Amino acid sequence: MEWTDEGIVLGVRRHGEAGAIVELLTRSHGRHLGLVRGGAGSRMRPVLQPGNSVSTVWRARLDEHLGHYAIEGTRLRAATVLASSHAVYGVTHLAALARLLPERDPHEDIYEMLLETLEDFDDPREAAMRLVRFELAMLTELGFGLDLTACAATGVSHELIYVSPKSGGAVSRQAGQPWHDKLLPLPAFLRGADEARPLSSDDDLSNGFRLTGFFLMRHVLEPRGLAHSDAREGFIAAVTKRRAGAQGQAGS
Amino acid sequence: MSSSVAGPEIERLIQLLARLPGLGPRSARRAALHLIKKRDALMMPLSAALDVAIEKIEVCKTCGNIDTQNPCTVCIDPRRDSAILVVVADVADLWALERARATNGRYHVLGATLSPLDGVGPDDLTIEALVARAHDEKVTEIVLALNATVDGQTTAHYITDLLQDASVRVTRLAHGVPVGGELDYLDEGTLSAAMRQRTLF
Repeated sequence: MEWTDEGIVLGVRRHGEAGAIVELLTRSHGRHLGLVRGGAGSRMRPVLQPGNSVSTVWRARLDEHLGHYAIEGTRLRAATVLASSHAVYGVTHLAALARLLPERDPHEDIYEMLLETLEDFDDPREAAMRLVRFELAMLTELGFGLDLTACAATGVSHELIYVSPKSGGAVSRQAGQPWHDKLLPLPAFLRGADEARPLSSDDDLSNGFRLTGFFLMRHVLEPRGLAHSDAREGFIAAVTKRRAGAQGQAGS
Repeated sequence: MSSSVAGPEIERLIQLLARLPGLGPRSARRAALHLIKKRDALMMPLSAALDVAIEKIEVCKTCGNIDTQNPCTVCIDPRRDSAILVVVADVADLWALERARATNGRYHVLGATLSPLDGVGPDDLTIEALVARAHDEKVTEIVLALNATVDGQTTAHYITDLLQDASVRVTRLAHGVPVGGELDYLDEGTLSAAMRQRTLF
């Protein structure tokens, strides 16, 4: 068995003295593990960092074997994120999220979206919005997608400002008013028509993470006995801090 | 069918030696044979040294280093600068810094770095003890000497967040071109990090 593909490094586990078991999200073969000989060595370590893009050849005698990877780095972005707290937390969290995908099952849309999300961590607000959208896409990919296009109660597609925690469907301002306290707020940047609009407030950001966090926990993490990663909390805190710092500078 | 060429005691010795880093079954067999041949000159002193090590080696209750005394030699050395606390992931990193004589400060060994893949969380590291040490008024600087990996730097940022209310300067090791490194052979990530963190010449 042999195939060639491109992939993103999700994690590396040392194997023996010099080898490493590398977990990649590949474009056409999904999340796939393989053994890299010399993966723990100084030549390969910079390449085998979460978030890096690689080109790879996988070989095994039988398809069900772990197999061996021959890996070459194509875009080593991990080194560029190390100095920034929100970026390093973001990469760790994205890798942890992608690890929730079933093994050896192609998810090309998620692969593309992960590439886009990893590509730019310069602006913390933009990165945060992309990360929330990635979490939404993960929910969809895992079979728990939210319907944010029309009101679950009335069918209207305007003034969608809530999400029902029961159905995962959007709810309009008018229909949701009586249950205001029980519904989850839908941030502006996730409302279809307003998607291109930048974040208007910190509330939008925290509402976005609250929304995806709620459904990820209920449908994906809790059934597997998992909790949100520390990196997710770290990312949110780092983005909030950076934003507060920027606002403080602008105000003075 | 494989058959053992030596008695069970020798086979056991070979099996145990094969578990050491850098040794496979073949090299363990060679090492065992060498020990047996040098019974008086090597095997017995090694056995005695292992007995002493088992009995005396402890983990330092202050910094997490391993030594035959507790607190360790580094912690009780009065010539060490108590104002600088160098945080390392592992004892091997502490030894590497000591070999290089890179610092005269004291150390704090975390035990590992945060790693979601390996299930290592903050509670598995000695972060709480580090935060307590950072609040000692003698300490003015915490140097995060952690690996330049995503896991290492995630840990560094996590610790930095926790040390916000301690009145210490938090620094980290520089990332960039290694001594003897040729730019042509460096990965682009290291190069761009080095360029971003360039210093005045």
